[in-house]
Amino acid sequence: MFVNELIGKYGFKHLSGENVDRKIENAYSCDLLSWVMAKGKHDTAWITVQTHNNILAVASLLDFACIIIPEGIKVEQEILDKANEQEVVILSTELDAFEIFKILYEAGVK
Amino acid sequence: MNTYMKNESNVAMKLHYDISKDDFSRAGEASSKIKNMLRQLAIEANILRRIAIATYEAEINLVIHSLGGTIDVYIKPDCIEIYVEDVGPGIENIELAMTKGFSTATAVAREMGFGAGMGLPNMEKVSDEFIIESTIGVGTQIKMVVTY
Ligand SMILES: Nc1ncnc2c1ncn2[C@@H]1O[C@H](COP(=O)(O)OP(=O)(O)OP(=O)(O)O)[C@@H](O)[C@H]1O
Ligand SMILES: [Mg+2]
Repeated sequence: MFVNELIGKYGFKHLSGENVDRKIENAYSCDLLSWVMAKGKHDTAWITVQTHNNILAVASLLDFACIIIPEGIKVEQEILDKANEQEVVILSTELDAFEIFKILYEAGVK
Repeated sequence: MNTYMKNESNVAMKLHYDISKDDFSRAGEASSKIKNMLRQLAIEANILRRIAIATYEAEINLVIHSLGGTIDVYIKPDCIEIYVEDVGPGIENIELAMTKGFSTATAVAREMGFGAGMGLPNMEKVSDEFIIESTIGVGTQIKMVVTY
């Protein structure tokens, strides 16, 4: 599955980052950053409720495909500006982590 | 036992970063710069990833736990050496600090997702050589080597 399918087909909001043609190979959800640092794989769609600028460092250092902010949580413009600078794709959705996993799984992320 | 000492032999390039304490808004910047620099040198993805983890965790610990410090990266023909030094407060019990899950992170830091007690174990895991020394009231020094 590609990041842009989440936007086009499933109505996820595209908040930052231009590179939405990336393929999602893995999915992961965790809000403890050093746990994510230990476990995160490349090309991951990372679901987190953290919205401060450190998620950008984690996502770009680990080459994640995108960050997904669940349950309609808002992200401040300042963070989105930084995300654009660092070319980190952030999406948001009203769905919770389980619903997001279902979409990813059914679209072939396994 | 190996002791902490900078190895000045065969250094092709040096990078140096100053890290301020409590500067959450910039935390992660140095590790991102290091990664971008090493990527330009065409260092392999797997090595890049290990260095990214090592420098990120070191940088965050300097911001959260230390009074401020530095990260020096020595790029060598066969390895990358990372030296992390701070000016205090030092670690009382290194063995305890190295234990997965041990953390003295504040409530504020924990709310931001820090404080899993995984940083030092992560650093050790990705390093081929890992040395940590600390003196209370003086500071902490960490050497990490990632061999190609
Ligand atoms: N530079 C430092 N100066 C003083 N104490 C430190 C330093 N680095 C680590 N520590 C101590 O060691 C503990 C463990 O560090 P570690 O990086 O493993 O976990 P953490 O930073 O608390 O949480 P996490 O890294 O998972 O976000 C810290 O909670 C802190 O008490
Ligand atoms: Mg840490």
